Amino acid sequence: MFVLVAGGGKVGSNVARTLRRIGHEVTIIEQRSDRFTALEEEFEHAAIVGDATEIFVLERAGIARPPDLVVAVTGDDEDNMVICQMARERYGVPKVIARVNDPRNEPHFDLLGISPTISATQMIMALVEHEVPEHELIHLLELRKENLEIVEVQIDKSSPSAGKRIAGLKLPSGSQLISVMREGRAEIPDSETELQPGDQVLAILEPGKEDELRQVLLKK
Amino acid sequence: MKAIVVGCGRVGSAVAKKLTKSGWDVTAIDENEEALARLGEHWSGGFVVGHGMDVNVLRQAGIEEADAVVVATNGDNTNIVVGQVAQKRFGIECTVVRILDPARAELYATLGLRTVSPTSTAIEVLTESVKACSVKPLRAPAAAS
Repeated sequence: MFVLVAGGGKVGSNVARTLRRIGHEVTIIEQRSDRFTALEEEFEHAAIVGDATEIFVLERAGIARPPDLVVAVTGDDEDNMVICQMARERYGVPKVIARVNDPRNEPHFDLLGISPTISATQMIMALVEHEVPEHELIHLLELRKENLEIVEVQIDKSSPSAGKRIAGLKLPSGSQLISVMREGRAEIPDSETELQPGDQVLAILEPGKEDELRQVLLKK
Repeated sequence: MKAIVVGCGRVGSAVAKKLTKSGWDVTAIDENEEALARLGEHWSGGFVVGHGMDVNVLRQAGIEEADAVVVATNGDNTNIVVGQVAQKRFGIECTVVRILDPARAELYATLGLRTVSPTSTAIEVLTESVKACSVKPLRAPAAAS
């Protein structure tokens, strides 16, 4: 696979290094000359100096071939959006991955159809949610394109769903329980499965159904 | 008619003032509060301090009622993104975006953005000026001194 990495900071250089180690062809673009000097030593002619939002720089890096994947991981969200957009719209790059530096810019990436995106802040927030007990409903995975998400719910003694069969729960339409973890073992539940205190339940649902689901499973 | 000018530098502020003179109701946006001074003492339009990437700032400036948006911050890529937000998210058909880099200006024009590249204009004008000179070359004064 031929991958073009835009941005040669810690993220970009490590992505490029890893891809090369597992046998892929990589070009990496970095604007800052001090960083570029170090990258050139390691990546030799596969390191390109310049602004990765400039078309001639992208072309020198081989965008016209085009790459199988463009990874835009500069520290600037606007730059990452423009790089991905040009890669796809002008050069027909089949797949792009963008880094989101400021999570408030996430809707802009969505608006321009740039997906998937990776945001360190959001990943940390997801981990924090996982650790904070009052967040009863934990977001595990968002499938944006499919408009679905997977959440984890911890059933306890006071949960209204404890001791009930799944068939007897009025689960909101657009949601489904996909796994019940009990005593370290995960099972795929059916309508006869009875929820018990201590169960960790995974559910798949349409975004916006969280409150209804929380109500049915947890509301005291 | 209401217009929003994002980026109140040398270009943005002048556009804001000219539009106001032509009877537009203009609100300017700039990150820097001091940019308000560029609009002059008698500025009667709106001014919002904030970044054009922030939709709350755009809303505060009244983008939902705007008939036109001019994007002229000092960052080409910021302008490209803000312009598309105005056009696609807020449905402002008359969104005009300044892009200094002629290559990106041309590319985004093909993608449906109204782009203006002052650099292209400068290249054109400078080249034409030089050509105009060579038609009538200046001669050194004939041994007058």
